Amino acid sequence: MAKANRKVAGKAGQGAGKPAPKATPPVDGVVLSEQQKRQRRARSLAIAGVLGFLVLLFYVVTIVKLGPNVMNRPL
Amino acid sequence: MSDVSVSLDKTAGAPDIAGGMASPGDFLALLKPRVMSLVIFTALVGLVRAPDHVHPVIAFTALLCIAVGAGAAGALNMWWDADIDAVMKRTVRRPIPAGRITPKEALAFGLTLACFSVGVLGLLVNVLSAALLAFTIFFYVVIYTMWLKRSTPQNIVIGGAAGAFPPMVAWAAASGSVSLESVLLVAIIFFWTPPHFWALALYRADDYARAGVPMLPVVAGGDETRRQILLYTLFLVPLALSPVALGYAGIAYAVVSGVTGAGMLWLAFDVYRKRTGDAAVAAARKLFGFSILYLFLLFATLLAEAVIPGV
Repeated sequence: MAKANRKVAGKAGQGAGKPAPKATPPVDGVVLSEQQKRQRRARSLAIAGVLGFLVLLFYVVTIVKLGPNVMNRPL
Repeated sequence: MSDVSVSLDKTAGAPDIAGGMASPGDFLALLKPRVMSLVIFTALVGLVRAPDHVHPVIAFTALLCIAVGAGAAGALNMWWDADIDAVMKRTVRRPIPAGRITPKEALAFGLTLACFSVGVLGLLVNVLSAALLAFTIFFYVVIYTMWLKRSTPQNIVIGGAAGAFPPMVAWAAASGSVSLESVLLVAIIFFWTPPHFWALALYRADDYARAGVPMLPVVAGGDETRRQILLYTLFLVPLALSPVALGYAGIAYAVVSGVTGAGMLWLAFDVYRKRTGDAAVAAARKLFGFSILYLFLLFATLLAEAVIPGV
């Protein structure tokens, strides 16, 4: 704290008459509330579930369309 | 056919207020789940009654695609009708007028589901059923929702065809073709639609008038609507018996169709006679409620005859 104070004092001494350093600018872009984050996560999980189900559906239908002997082949 | 000027401005596609606020349940509500359940049921009957055997997985896929396609049409209907939904008591709590989903989100959701359902049906089942599903969605969204609903009192007569197609789509999914029996199933639902919806419109006329929708009671009055309900019911009941005459249905269906058809006629006459006061509203409500049971019993009996030996 003393070092910081000396630094500030030093700076103040050197920069007499100069304006104080600018404050950090506000954050840009979209900031979601907690509820919006929860709802976005729920939607993402729903979409992931649907896509996973679609993958499974395509796989099963492909097996069905290949016919009953699809597993019966010489290795 | 009379044109009625619509008092409300069309505001579909209004600027987003804020997106990203909806839960998966809100998107599910966009699909009109109760309508979807009726679509699934009638499609199941079409699937089962088709002459060719279809693998259960393919059958499940077909039903799923038809259900999602119907849901997509419902979502797009809600997108387009968000402005009138906001002023009608019956529909004000829907996701878009309630502010839970933006119009753009609903549009994107509906279009995505429509394309996926038709695409998957075409890839995994057959092209004919996919084409019929695409036509059904197009008919409901473009012909009925965007054009007829706001411009003619015959809106639900013509537009009701979209709700009648699912059994034929499912039939085509199972057999690769359509037939007279599948056309009969479509015709039964088609001629059932006007008395069903006009019974609702009789006791919701104020709501439709407020929204500027030219339903028959709003445009032509209650008396003419009652006359039309009776005429359509007089045509519907023998039509619903025709599968028996043509050899597509058996004794069980003849009995159920005859008894419930008599009930429909009785209630339609009741609506025709009672024109004022609470009795008129009660009669219309009874007919509306019974019409749902009527259609359900007809199709349930057709399903039972197809799957239960000896029925």
